Amino acid sequence: MSDEQPPIEEVLATLAPAPAPLSTGRSVRPGDRIFAVLSGGASLTLLLIIALIAAFLLYRSIPAVRADTTNFLTTSAWFPDSTPSTFGIAALAWGTLLSSLIALVLAVPVAVGTALFIAHFAPRRLAQPLAYLVDLLAAVPSVIYGLWGLFFLVPQMVGLQTWLADHLGWFPLFSVGSGSTFKQTMLNAGVVLAVMILPIISAVTREVFLQVPRDHVEAAQALGATRWEVIRLAVLPFGRPGIISASMLGLGRALGETVAIALVLSTNYVISWKILEPGGNTFAANIALQYGYAADLGTNALIASGLVLFVITLVVNIVARGVIARRREFAGAAG
Amino acid sequence: MAKSIDVSDLSIYYGKFCAVQGVSLTIEPRSVTAFIGPSGCGKSSVLRTLNRMHEVVPGAWSSGKVLLDGEDIYSPSVDPVNVRRAIGMVFQKPNPFPTMSIYDNVAAGLKLQGRRPRRELDEIVERSLRAANLWEEVKDRLERPGAGLSGGQQQRLCIARAIAVEPEVLLMDEPCSALDPISTLAIEDLIEQLKEHYTIVIVTHNMQQAARVSDRTGFFNLAGVGQPGRLIEIDNTQRIFSNPAEKATEDYISGRFG
Repeated sequence: MSDEQPPIEEVLATLAPAPAPLSTGRSVRPGDRIFAVLSGGASLTLLLIIALIAAFLLYRSIPAVRADTTNFLTTSAWFPDSTPSTFGIAALAWGTLLSSLIALVLAVPVAVGTALFIAHFAPRRLAQPLAYLVDLLAAVPSVIYGLWGLFFLVPQMVGLQTWLADHLGWFPLFSVGSGSTFKQTMLNAGVVLAVMILPIISAVTREVFLQVPRDHVEAAQALGATRWEVIRLAVLPFGRPGIISASMLGLGRALGETVAIALVLSTNYVISWKILEPGGNTFAANIALQYGYAADLGTNALIASGLVLFVITLVVNIVARGVIARRREFAGAAG
Repeated sequence: MAKSIDVSDLSIYYGKFCAVQGVSLTIEPRSVTAFIGPSGCGKSSVLRTLNRMHEVVPGAWSSGKVLLDGEDIYSPSVDPVNVRRAIGMVFQKPNPFPTMSIYDNVAAGLKLQGRRPRRELDEIVERSLRAANLWEEVKDRLERPGAGLSGGQQQRLCIARAIAVEPEVLLMDEPCSALDPISTLAIEDLIEQLKEHYTIVIVTHNMQQAARVSDRTGFFNLAGVGQPGRLIEIDNTQRIFSNPAEKATEDYISGRFG
């Protein structure tokens, strides 16, 4: 240590430049204002587009629903261009929800398991390529999945579905009338959808699992938790909102999926629990398959069904937000 | 309850880097041992080897022996999960499980050990919260989230969680460094009480704290950046702070460091 230290003011003066004046004549910097306008404008545009879509759907739907001689919501048949015009979305809504539900039930456990394995079990050298592979699967176009489903999966699934019908046929879901071919069935459609939404659910949940704070994990480890118990105590509770969001993202994709369903399902307008029998239909597949043949009213009727799909997707998302928000006070940092 | 720890020739590595070299020390049951020393000297690493928590960091490993009442906790036949059940730990930053209520936080470790009747759980939760001097403050809101408590309360909740499973030893890694002076005092009083039942090892940056709460103090230091940390000396706290054997210790505790 040296004995002759310069006064502290001199030392400070060499370190810091003269302070800038506090008043610049403006209270908001131009950069901040430009950014606020740009980002605000972008989000406004997004809202406007959604509103315009809703308005368009509504505008085109009203004439069709007016012309409908039966109840639009409870009718299964779809004859908009015949006289009298009879059509309704009951069978479409049923098929859409049932196939998406099958897909979710099959995909979520596998996706969460895959995500857990990649994020917390796999050795690092394996985790990286695996994660990359899952991301790659998410990018495969749906028509590829549809073709794969039609030419590979459907023939492969005959055996399994025969077995299900033989052994679990007493269960309403798996009962079949005589002579089911086990080909263009609701279960097959659900399985194809499951495969399609699996990568996106897995990719999103994996990212959430990777963000589990280290102190939560260490808190569990220090209590003597095994690997599985660490996941149960720290990882899954933290990841729960993420799993729900990811599932809803997948559900959204499943609800709106068109090509794969149009290829795999033999479409008709029935409402049935029997997922091993051919038949059923969805909003999106119906629109894709019918659009080419539809006359004026038929087109409007299809758009009306599109409006219902739009509303269903919206409701699904709102419900998901509600589920996530319900336990918010338990969800994160100190309140 | 309350066992002794014998460490001999312990070295700690992160990959090829040797962070701590050749530590040997003995910790008596029902005593408080404080580890002090500058940042990076390896005192936290040593603490974390005592319940095999350091090895959860990828690439971390150690050599040497750590005996818990004569049993080698690094023997190949020992499951680290069991070691951590016997040797509890409290961290620098309070880390209650954010998705759990106060009650469930305290019961978390117990539930890992198997199902118990609700009444028994209730009793242990109350006893642990009382032992952590938190019961009076939270008894009316046990179902509220643990993360909603103040920092000091959260840390006492973490202590309650750690002692609910009745560990042999309690390790504390700078338990007060994120707390205000009043909460710090509350934790220090608590350490004084817990000493009657548990063997406690505490890492602290606060030398007054070490002097106040501990019976024995170990001073760690490192020769320079990139050099491994070493245990310079360990002795009765009073002796360390009044008449240490090593000059480095005296320099450090009197603030004339380096």
